[in-house]
Amino acid sequence: MLASIGQFLLILSLVTAAVLTVLPITGYFKNHKGLMRTGRPLSYLLFVLTLATFLILVFLFVIQDFSVTYVWQHSSLTLPLRYRITATWGAHEGSVLMWVTIQALWIAAVARYSRSLSLSQISRVLSVLGIVATGFLAFVLFASNPFEITNPAPLDGRDLNPLLQDFGMIIHPPLLYFGYVGLSVAFALSVAALIGGQIDEKWIRWSRRWTNLAWAFLTIGIILGSWWAYYELGWGGWWFWDPVENASFLPWLAGTALIHVQAVSERKNAFRGWTVLLAIIAFSLCVLGTFLVRSGSITSVHSFAADPFRGIFILVLLALYAGGALTLYALRVNQLKSTDTINLNSKETLLLANSLIFITATFTILLGTLFPMIFEAVGKKISVGAPYFGLMFFLIMTPMAVLLPLGVQLKWHKDAMTPAIKTLLPHLLIAALLTIASYYLFDGLNLRATAGVFGGFWIASTALAQWILYKGKTNASFIGMSVAHLGVAVFLFSMSMTEHKDVEKDILMKPGQTSEVAGFNFTFNGVTAVQIENYKAQQGSILVSKAGEPIVELHPQKRFYPKQQQPMTEADIYPGLTKDIYVSLGEEINKQGDWAVRIYIKPFIRWMWFGGLMMLAGALIALFNLRSKRLEQQQINTVMKDQLELS
Amino acid sequence: MTPTRKKRLILVMMVAVGVAVATAIFLTAVRENINYFKTPTEVATGQFNANSTIRLGGMVKNGSVKRAKDSLKVRFVVTDFKKDVTVEYQGILPDLFREGQGVVTIGKMGKEDIFVAEEVLAKHDENYMPPEAADALHQARSNGESE
Repeated sequence: MLASIGQFLLILSLVTAAVLTVLPITGYFKNHKGLMRTGRPLSYLLFVLTLATFLILVFLFVIQDFSVTYVWQHSSLTLPLRYRITATWGAHEGSVLMWVTIQALWIAAVARYSRSLSLSQISRVLSVLGIVATGFLAFVLFASNPFEITNPAPLDGRDLNPLLQDFGMIIHPPLLYFGYVGLSVAFALSVAALIGGQIDEKWIRWSRRWTNLAWAFLTIGIILGSWWAYYELGWGGWWFWDPVENASFLPWLAGTALIHVQAVSERKNAFRGWTVLLAIIAFSLCVLGTFLVRSGSITSVHSFAADPFRGIFILVLLALYAGGALTLYALRVNQLKSTDTINLNSKETLLLANSLIFITATFTILLGTLFPMIFEAVGKKISVGAPYFGLMFFLIMTPMAVLLPLGVQLKWHKDAMTPAIKTLLPHLLIAALLTIASYYLFDGLNLRATAGVFGGFWIASTALAQWILYKGKTNASFIGMSVAHLGVAVFLFSMSMTEHKDVEKDILMKPGQTSEVAGFNFTFNGVTAVQIENYKAQQGSILVSKAGEPIVELHPQKRFYPKQQQPMTEADIYPGLTKDIYVSLGEEINKQGDWAVRIYIKPFIRWMWFGGLMMLAGALIALFNLRSKRLEQQQINTVMKDQLELS
Repeated sequence: MTPTRKKRLILVMMVAVGVAVATAIFLTAVRENINYFKTPTEVATGQFNANSTIRLGGMVKNGSVKRAKDSLKVRFVVTDFKKDVTVEYQGILPDLFREGQGVVTIGKMGKEDIFVAEEVLAKHDENYMPPEAADALHQARSNGESE
């Protein structure tokens, strides 16, 4: 019954989205004010309808309605309430519905916070966003309907995948989707500008804030995903270059290029075509990512069922959105001519270089991700190993790290290169000294780690100095930028340490045995059986000590979920400022209670995520930029005045 | 040359150089890191490059898992029901590794026709079978029928 209402609301949402696609833009072309004004109310209606649809699905999980196929497939009578709620987005159908719901929220937010845009502008933007929503709602309805009914209903469900029964599942997917889908706003703004054939600085200033916000969400989503993989998968890795991870990383890279180029195109009439193109690329990569994740075309650690029809459906959407936008771009790009000249020795040039570096990185990773598919088409099965991605990313990002401080140092418009470089030279020395100190402190570093650590110190030292020197400059955009760049430095340092100075040991341990790893003693005190909530577990007890002083007792578990007949490794971690001690159980080797135990020492791993959080904080701080606030208020006043005069 | 033209030329050159360098690095890196997927039949009949890392996928043969007494060394047989390959691995096997189920091992062919795996994957879809392993079995089956 309730499922039928959900189904009905889903259809209504699709119809509303279709109407939103058609009406405002028709009004724009016919210059009909009434039609253009339908954009905002339709956007609010679309959000209310999709949210209601989504909440009904959540409620179906809460009340355990097993007549709904999607519910019994991903829930069970023993599943705790919190995971029943999160199971809503634990698999394909629900997560696509959440995708659309969040997109509708973005559309409603655009409709609400767009007073500085004229009616003809906002009507175009909302219609383009409507096209995106229509496509994905059609995808939910025709290819991934979560409200399908099973008759007769089973007595119990199949339960949620144990890996997803975790706190990370509650927050990681929604935040990641917020970022993913948020890039559709930048896309819509670009396409709407192309339709209108003109783009001015107000337009870019406005679009910049939305892009910043989406980028911030994407950043936190990726950080949470990495953190979750680290503690939940039981292998201690934080990034695997898995196709599904790349799917979220590609739009992030393109988005990073975009927010940097926007800084230029907002100030002067230059790089505007490039800004528009980057926005189209970033969102197209989001849709491509959805395709990679949802079609099952590529072997991935994220085991989603393969469904060719779904894959083709999303490919068609991708072809429509990217193809349509790029065609429009080709037709209209001449009207976006740059009128301002760019001096070679200026911040602008360096920001352009930044975007080229990030786009190069994007396409290298894209190629590596798609290579297996290309080979499959000619009948060969291959996979591209993680070393490929690691090496490529290192090589491409090296110039980024070298040039970053120079880009901050150079002035807008016109500057001289030599004095700027001279100002930075002392920091090169500071960074070199600190790197040498680290080299000895951490008993040697390999080439890549040395380069990473050096890059980290180089960026940190210059960013701090520039911050202190410009302390008169207290505008949010400068502070945000400095915080984000310090985040890059923290990330570079800690990532180099984690990747190259970690210790990983798999040991066969007898009860009572003590093994030494990296100066710590690990005493295995056997395993006891425990029963918690909906799983049974074998819980190990491992005492960690150093020089006879006990530090902590860790309790890793080997869980068994009876419903899914599936074992799961739950690591136990002793987090620390300079290192994590990570212990997980392999398997029981024999009847005498000997176990395979995995012991990891992960130096500075927390700092890596902290660096990511700093980038996120930087993006958020930049939103409070007073200059753009003031300019926007002026813009609102002009729009209001125009409207008053017209009426 | 006008300043705009000059600027445009510099820009085009920067992009061209970037693309060229990226392509060169890409081709080198990709060549060294492509892992071909091979079935047990292909490996047992020598259809692979002995120097490069390959992915061997199939079914873990029932009763074939043998452990060492005092280390984490383990040997098992990967089969596609036509040919068998013995695999040696040291370390912790994944949670979903089981006899009679699909597995993908990544490594190189060692001495005495024993495949030395650096990594063992037992990821699976709902049918408890990695797609690659399922493919290997499917191939072996259809070849058997046609012979």
